[in-house]
This record gives sequence, C-alpha cells and structure tokens, in this order.
Amino acid sequence: MTLAVERTTRASRFGAGAAVLLVAGLVALPWTGDAGLMRVVIEFIALLVLAQMWNLLAGYAGLVSIGQQAYLGLGGYALIVLADDLGVNPFLAVPLAGLVAAGLALPTAALVFRFRDAYFAVGTWAVAEVYRLLIANTGALGRGTGRTLKAVFPLARETREQVTYAIAVVVGVAAIVAVYLYLRSRLGLGLMAVRDSESASESLGVDVFRTKLAVYLLAAFGTGTTGALIYLNLLRISPDAAFSINWTAYTIFIVVIGGIGTLEGPIVGTVVFFLLRELLADHGSWYMILLGALAVLAMMRYPQGLWGLVAERWDLRFFPVQRRVRLDEPPPA
Amino acid sequence: MAWLDTIVQGILLGGLYALFATGLSLTFGVMRLVNLAHGDFSILAAFIAVVAVQTLGLNPLLALALVVPVMAAVGYGLQRLVLNRLLGRGILPAVLVTFGLSIVIQNGLLEAFSADSRRLNPGGIETASLPLGGGLAVGWFPLLTFAVAVLLLVGLQILIGRSAVGRAFRATSDDGGTAALMGIDNDRLYALAMALSLAVVAIAGIFLGIRTTFTFSSGPDRLLFAFEAVIIGGLGSLWGTLVGGVILGVAQTTGARVSPGWGVLTGHLVFLAVLLLRPSGLFAKSRRVD
Repeated sequence: MTLAVERTTRASRFGAGAAVLLVAGLVALPWTGDAGLMRVVIEFIALLVLAQMWNLLAGYAGLVSIGQQAYLGLGGYALIVLADDLGVNPFLAVPLAGLVAAGLALPTAALVFRFRDAYFAVGTWAVAEVYRLLIANTGALGRGTGRTLKAVFPLARETREQVTYAIAVVVGVAAIVAVYLYLRSRLGLGLMAVRDSESASESLGVDVFRTKLAVYLLAAFGTGTTGALIYLNLLRISPDAAFSINWTAYTIFIVVIGGIGTLEGPIVGTVVFFLLRELLADHGSWYMILLGALAVLAMMRYPQGLWGLVAERWDLRFFPVQRRVRLDEPPPA
Repeated sequence: MAWLDTIVQGILLGGLYALFATGLSLTFGVMRLVNLAHGDFSILAAFIAVVAVQTLGLNPLLALALVVPVMAAVGYGLQRLVLNRLLGRGILPAVLVTFGLSIVIQNGLLEAFSADSRRLNPGGIETASLPLGGGLAVGWFPLLTFAVAVLLLVGLQILIGRSAVGRAFRATSDDGGTAALMGIDNDRLYALAMALSLAVVAIAGIFLGIRTTFTFSSGPDRLLFAFEAVIIGGLGSLWGTLVGGVILGVAQTTGARVSPGWGVLTGHLVFLAVLLLRPSGLFAKSRRVD
C-alpha cells in the first residue's frame, strides 16, 4: 500500500484546457471589432481582479478590509500623474501605478495593522477617507472635480481601445495565475495556516506579521493596477468616484455570493453580479439592494457561497490549492 | 475670540459625536460586535422622523417618542434573528453581514426618499442662541444636544454599574460562557444591548437631522466619527467616549476654520495621530486593542 499526495484534480486538468480556450477567445475578440463588448470585458476583468485581491486578503489572510477603494483611487490618480505630469507612457504607467499603490500601502500598514478584526475593517475605511480628502484638497490633482487623462489624446481611439483591452486581458490572466501559484507555494501554505490558527502557525515557524504584510502589499499592487486600468478606460477621474465605498461593496458582494476562500468563487460571483446588474438595469439601485440581501443570506446560511455548494455537491476543484492524500491499494498478488 | 468660539462649537459638536459613539461602544463592550451599519441606522431613524413629521404633523423632538422605541425594536429583532446566529463563527460573518445591511439600508433609503437632502425642523430652537458676552454666543440646540449626551452617559453609567441588567452586561462581557452557567440568557442580553444601542443612535440621528441636512448616504461618515471617538477615548470607557467625541469635534471645527475643506480631514488626522501615539486610547480601562 502506498500513499501519494495529489495536487491536481480531474477538474483542474479539464479546467486548464478550458482556460486556454477562454483566453484564446479573449485574445481573438478585438478582431470582431465590437468595441462595446470589449468595454464590458474590461469592466468584468477589473471587478474580477478586485474580487480576487479582496478574497486573498479576507478569505486567505483573514484581513477584512473595507478600505481597498484607497488603492483603487491611488492607482487611478497615479496613472494620471505618471502619464500627464511626468511624461511616462500611459500604458506602461498602469503597472507602475500599481507599484505606487503598493509603496503607499507600506506606511498605511504601519497604521492599520494596529487594529485587529472588526476594528481593522473600520480602520482601513477611515484611512481610505483620509486619502480621498487629501486628494480632494490638492489643487494639482484637480481638487473635488478631479482630472482627465490627456496623455492618450494624440492616439487614435481604436488604438487606445485595443491596447487598453490587451492590458486588461494580461492583468486579468496574470492576477489569477499569480494568486493560484502563490497559494500553491510554500508561502501560500503558510498563509492558509495563519488564517486557520495564528498561534499554531507561529509555533511552527511561520512569520505571521510578514505573511500578512506580504498579502496586504500584493493586494494593494493588484488593486492599484486595476484602478489604473479602470481610469485608462474611463479617462475621467474624481475623488468621490475613485475612492467610493461602492467599489468595495461590489467586491465584497461578489466574493461572498460566489464563495469566499476559493479562487473559483470570485469568478462565479462576478458573473452573478453582471447578470443581476443587466437584469435590473432599468430599476435604479435595486440591484445593490438585492446583491446586499443575497450576501447577507449567503453569510448566514451558505457561508461557502455558490461555488462552495457546487464544489461540495460534485467534488469539483478547478484551482486546487490543497494537498490531498490518496491511498493506492497494491494490486492483488 | 473667534478661535474661542470655534473651540466652544467643537466641544458642543463633540456631544453629538458622543451620542453616535455610545451605542457602538456598548455593543462592542458587551459582545465584541462592531455594527458597520450603525451610522446608517441613525440616518434611517432620521428618515422615519421625516415621515412622522409629514404624516402626523409632529415636532421632530416629539417624534423621538415614536422613533426611539421603533429603532429599539429593530435592534432587538436584528440581534435575535440575524446577529446572534453569527456569534461564535469568528469576526468575518458579523462584519460582512452588517456591511451588507449598511449598503441595503442606504440604497433602500435612496429608492424610498430619492437623493434629495432633508432636514428636520423643530420650529425655532435650532437657530436660537444664548449670548455669553464678548460677542460669544452658543446655540441652544447644540447645548441641548450636549446635555442630552451627558445625561445619557450618566444614565448608562448607573444602568451598567448599579442594575441587575448592568451586572449581567458586565458578566457576559467578561466571560460569556461562565455567565451562561450562572443562568444569564446571553442571547436575550445581546438583543437588549443592540436595542439600547439603536435607541441611542436614533436620538443621535434625529439630533443630526435638526442640526444639519442629511441624505441617504450620510450614514458611513457617522459610523467613522463614532468609531474614531471610541478609539480616541479608549475602549470600555464611557466618559472616554465623550472626551473622544469632544476632541474629534474640536479638531473638525478648528480644521474647518483654517480651510473649509479641512474640517473632516483634520478630525481623521487627529484620530490617526492618537492611534500612533496611544494605540489603546486616552482613557482605556484595559490594554486590549482588538
């Protein structure tokens, strides 16, 4: 009798093939010339990456932040400052804006890491408000009215749209691959140990503080890059829109409804979000009321979310991050 | 003299913030629960008062007699039917459920009352002022707000320190498991704490609505100010909450005096400074920050 550690599942081998097909489809989309569809895909990817980043924080590191809109807004403003004021290529400025957000996340962490649990949630929210108000009071950043990204004006509209779309696809794929590889790595194992028990993981040699800090910085980088992508697409930024709590509300509802603590959950949740928003497009903010109610219901009755129900019922795991022990019976002699 | 006026206004504003902070401090003290919809419940109470004023022709101050019991009942039901079922499952469910409620309340108010800003009119007292001499005057209404905050804190102090319910609150706060062994019904006690919390925040919401205009989205700022007052004052200290509110109020009026856009921001910055220098607050009874 032998024991083997399984790190792939039948679903993950099938899923890898499906993912390649999906990415190929996304890459081919610009040739259809449907600019409206491309914009929807950009928005979908942006929300999906925001959800993956928040899921990494709350679902894996136990850091329930209500202030991730801080990094979205900082990424958006960093894009404009880098491209318009410092002359950096606007497309290259997208990942650089992510780095700016991560750079600002380091001193921010020094403050908010003093809070634990629920106080961390409100503390991160207060800090996001500080960033919003600081920018709304800065003349060079356009105060409350905000600014427009001018560096892309000389480009043909089609070129801008296609490059923005290409960046979105790269950001989306990179985010999912990065989170998947991170969670499967030694560091990811440490992270999940910290989530399950801080003291037990500390006693086994996991550096709890550094593990959490690394995830916080990574999430700030991903969220900041996404913020830059969103405003490369929208071109017009204002403090109230970029630092709106609604970004975090969308993100949290997506993750909670889809399934917190899984990589598949945010994908399912983003699909649900778009479907509900389209279905209720003519009914004002009822989609937000419905999403909020669904998230509350999910937290109370189905804390593993939609994907959790599916995964449990059919034992499906497209992104297996766990290690499973398999018992191989020896062949009869 | 203008500066003295600014500081006096800030102190009185602190009374209002203490009203917002008291309920938050209470539920955290008794059951370690931070209600992220706390501010939105205060705005909900203010909108219920708007309806009461319009349909029954009540003075907003008399509407308190109606709105406060309604909000207490909402708090009792919320804790019994929703939040009690989440306790013991870690911090994540309670934070996310109350955040979900916050967004549902805001958008529900938006659908029901539009995005227009509202104000409650009690018929004159909100503009009347008491001259203190030397060109200095304080409004009767801010003075009333501050007095109500002080009276409520005294009342709560007596309730928690002297009554049987208060003893049960303290026992459950110290050790819920042992308290249950002594025959205390924790679920009922938590529901009472939430009822009390929403009753106080309903008063805060109506006073806010008399003092200034509000919209469906005024709630989150109230939560943040309440939270900051609690942290500045130090957890577990009722009078610390009042001092925290006053410090926040003075910071905001002083900042706004320097530059109109800097009022709220200065309050946030003072809060962060206190957090950096004295993480457990100015009057904390325990060393815990979590």
